[in-house]
Amino acid sequence: MNHIQTLETRDLAASLNNGGCGECQTSCQSACKTSCGVANQQCENKN
Amino acid sequence: MIHQYKMNGYNIVVDVYSGGVHAVDELAYDIIALFENHSADEIVAEMAKAHPETPESEVREVIGAVQGLKDAGKLFAPDIYADHAFDFKNRSTVVKALCLHVAHTCNLNCEYCFAAQGKFHGQAALMSFETGKRALDFLIENSGTRRNLEVDFFGGEPLMNWDVCKRLIQYARSIEKEKGKNFRFTLTTNGMNIDDDVIEFANKECHNVVLSLDGRKEIHDAKRVTASGKGSYDTIVPKFQKLVQARGGKGYYMRGTFTRENLDFTNDIFHMADLGFTELSMEPVVCAETEPYALRKEDLPVLFDQYELLAKDMLRREKEGHPITFYHYMLDLTGGPCVYKRISGCGSGTEYMAVTPTGELYPCHQFVGDPAYKMGDIWNGVTNTALRDEFKLCNAYARPDCKDCWARLYCSGGCAANAYHATGSIKGIYEYGCELFRKRMECAIMMQVARQCDPALAAYANHAKGATGCDGCSACAD
Repeated sequence: MNHIQTLETRDLAASLNNGGCGECQTSCQSACKTSCGVANQQCENKN
Repeated sequence: MIHQYKMNGYNIVVDVYSGGVHAVDELAYDIIALFENHSADEIVAEMAKAHPETPESEVREVIGAVQGLKDAGKLFAPDIYADHAFDFKNRSTVVKALCLHVAHTCNLNCEYCFAAQGKFHGQAALMSFETGKRALDFLIENSGTRRNLEVDFFGGEPLMNWDVCKRLIQYARSIEKEKGKNFRFTLTTNGMNIDDDVIEFANKECHNVVLSLDGRKEIHDAKRVTASGKGSYDTIVPKFQKLVQARGGKGYYMRGTFTRENLDFTNDIFHMADLGFTELSMEPVVCAETEPYALRKEDLPVLFDQYELLAKDMLRREKEGHPITFYHYMLDLTGGPCVYKRISGCGSGTEYMAVTPTGELYPCHQFVGDPAYKMGDIWNGVTNTALRDEFKLCNAYARPDCKDCWARLYCSGGCAANAYHATGSIKGIYEYGCELFRKRMECAIMMQVARQCDPALAAYANHAKGATGCDGCSACAD
């Protein structure tokens, strides 16, 4: 029996090494304007 | 740190520092809860009481699987980011986004407006083309090697200064190639002045359009009224429908505000869907707690139920092949933001600033009009560097209240303006907003789990995968 299903997710620890390019959208620009969520922003690092 | 919760029949474990998400059965859920502070033998003894039907061998097998996930860095991952968070001040920062307040005036008189009916507690004003042009030059000059630059036409109501918006877009397009930049424009509008020219120009040039609609007519018209008190719903809805229909799939959001007067705000989201809109956003009102329509602590259970109801209904719509997008439930687990973004947040006061009609710089649109937060201007740049440094250091690790919060890498410490207005410090937290945010993240993660675990939803998993929508699969071709 399968007790644990692990979803495929981005490895945040690994993104310490390949992240930080800053090309992604400023989160507040898109729709909210009154709160701060970053998890719904897409990564734009194509490298 | 982990976060465990149950929702919609799923047992969910979120691993905070790796970003891992696990859907587990009751046995694994209970074992994970004990794992960090109990020995294997102690867990076996506890499980014998909690799950007497399960053989010890199976319990030990699950303990082994949990240990395997820990060894692989997907459960109980350590926090290795704290030192990097405080190194941000030493990183060179560039400006990549401006909120251009092209009009500090408005043709609506919405009671709950945080911008005080567009005037931000100052005089009514329109931005001149020359000021806007200088703002775009300031952005380019301070953007370093960043290619993607964002400009939001905001107000007040930007369409009250539409000609200047158009000329600024034309100016940006005329220089972006030579400067090695890609401008992305957003127009945030109440819809009153939308006409064919706006539709054609905005749909061609604007990467995103944010359209303000609160939902049902009686809800919308109770707050979003003209100077004479007339509701705006009947004027704007046909215009929004025409604009969205002509948009050809480009990004847009219907963006509403809910208050204590429509705690059943999911009915307003569903009304937007009934009108044919699919890209939806609904924000809790931000106002003084003395306002009669301000959200109260006792409203939280109702709002939690509403968010959960929304998530479940969105899954139903996906199964039926008519999905809608809710801004706060967009979660790209594989292609989402890196940890730098998750720590540093919205970039207000550093990467992102607001420009007033007269060219003054503020950390973001929510600080405009507060003299203590004036940062400089577009001619002389940021002169209040102490304030900028304060914002540089304002991140998920700078707020003591966030220390034990599982969601801090999803919100990056929250909105500085909300924190300031709630506590007097940008390093405080707006606890009410946190409560709602955590609930929204639980719902968003549950939806991802459902897409993996429910075969009827799996067909739509690819559709929901991209934060901007379909990846081109044929699952929803019908």
